[in-house]
Amino acid sequence: MNFSKALIQSLSTLAFLGVWQGFATYLNNHTLPSPIAVAEVFWQACLSGQLPYHLAVTLWRLVISFTIAMSLGCALGIILGRHKKLDAFFDNWLILFLNVPALVTIILCYVWFGLEEAAAIFAVVINKLPNVIVTIREGTRTLDQDLLDMARCYHFNKRKTLVHVIWPQLYPFVMGATRSGLALIWKIILVVELLGRSNGMGYQLHLFFQFFDVTSILAYTIAFVTVIQLLEIFILKPLDQKARQWRR
Amino acid sequence: MSNIVINISSKRYHGSEFSIFENFKLSLQAGEFVCLLGPSGCGKTTLLNCIAGLDKQYEGEVILNNHQTQPKIGYVFQNPRLLPWRTVRENIELVLDKPYSVDHVDSLLATMQLDQVQQVYPERLSLGMSRRVAIIRAFAVNPDILLMDEPFVSLDAPTARDVRELLLNLWLQRPRTVLFVTHDLREAISIADRLVFLSASPMQIVHEIKIPIARDQRDDEQQIESFRLELKHDYPTIKALL
Repeated sequence: MNFSKALIQSLSTLAFLGVWQGFATYLNNHTLPSPIAVAEVFWQACLSGQLPYHLAVTLWRLVISFTIAMSLGCALGIILGRHKKLDAFFDNWLILFLNVPALVTIILCYVWFGLEEAAAIFAVVINKLPNVIVTIREGTRTLDQDLLDMARCYHFNKRKTLVHVIWPQLYPFVMGATRSGLALIWKIILVVELLGRSNGMGYQLHLFFQFFDVTSILAYTIAFVTVIQLLEIFILKPLDQKARQWRR
Repeated sequence: MSNIVINISSKRYHGSEFSIFENFKLSLQAGEFVCLLGPSGCGKTTLLNCIAGLDKQYEGEVILNNHQTQPKIGYVFQNPRLLPWRTVRENIELVLDKPYSVDHVDSLLATMQLDQVQQVYPERLSLGMSRRVAIIRAFAVNPDILLMDEPFVSLDAPTARDVRELLLNLWLQRPRTVLFVTHDLREAISIADRLVFLSASPMQIVHEIKIPIARDQRDDEQQIESFRLELKHDYPTIKALL
């Protein structure tokens, strides 16, 4: 079963590369380089240290802004989910922030705080935060009152209730916010870098765009996709697995 | 041990005209075992929630232990309410204050024949087993007050008998105040000191009956049965309350 699944997946990857190679050969145009040419550029960029450096810079920004957005978002989401009045008060704010275009917040952050690292991170966090809050708030609203009553009756303290009663129920929502969050933050960080930073993947892509260097753009994209896949396989999937072990 | 004095002048459901309790009074002596019998939906569970402090939306008062110290409460809910993401053993250990005795948990698990499944997650248990876990959890905290909301429903007869015996043993070792909701008159007669028959809403006490059978004769099924028939004969109304 697993073997045949692996076989199908490798076949589909090979087929994709085959189609790409076919088109590239057929068109014979520098705007669609062949996978082999891309692989060569990718390898060169890795050897020169350029790609690892810019990838690391972007990853670093991702980790920082993701951590801030998730922890703040979870805390605020739980609070709004538990307190109806606060929720009613801040609901409009949330809708406002959810719908302000990412580009607007990024530009405003740079204008107000200058072309600085902190402004870049802040812009990313502001874009992601409302999503996390809304997801976790929904999760908090679905908390099982019977179990909360049980915890109260047996004098669970706040920490115990959070760790053993609330967190496991929010976990699927947190995982959802994590997945959608990673995808969103990646995209926003690139724009942030493109507009106001002098390193990172977004900056590099901007540079390649000016030279119409499609091969390098694709090489960087591959690095990108690979990192996301690795995150999925080595961090998110095992976390899912762990959270699901109690289910029938 | 803790006595309980309930004096609720009024209790309505949120936003409803419909009154569940109207001048409801009930007292339990410390260490007394009382069975509540009454029609479904009359407010027995709500009453237990008021005592447990889970429901505070009422006018009147519920006094536990004459307000001296906060008594420990063990509550066996109508459904087991186990944490599905924690194993059987973890579910029990979580309600205990640290440091707790591992042997204490072991022996409780063994008395309910749950030692084989202690590392299992509740979703893999049958309802009967989950109920036993919930009962152990309530016993484990060594409660001063034990609230039990139809705890033996859906247990098979032999298990129900074993669990009832265990409950009585624990209670005899260290008497504690027990409020036990049931629809089974025979069960009630075999375990309680006093039966309290309740009417439909607004809930009122219809009859209070002390069980005259001595504790050491409660396993005599004939005596239980003859008292049951006697009750049904003397109080013809109770049939409608069960």
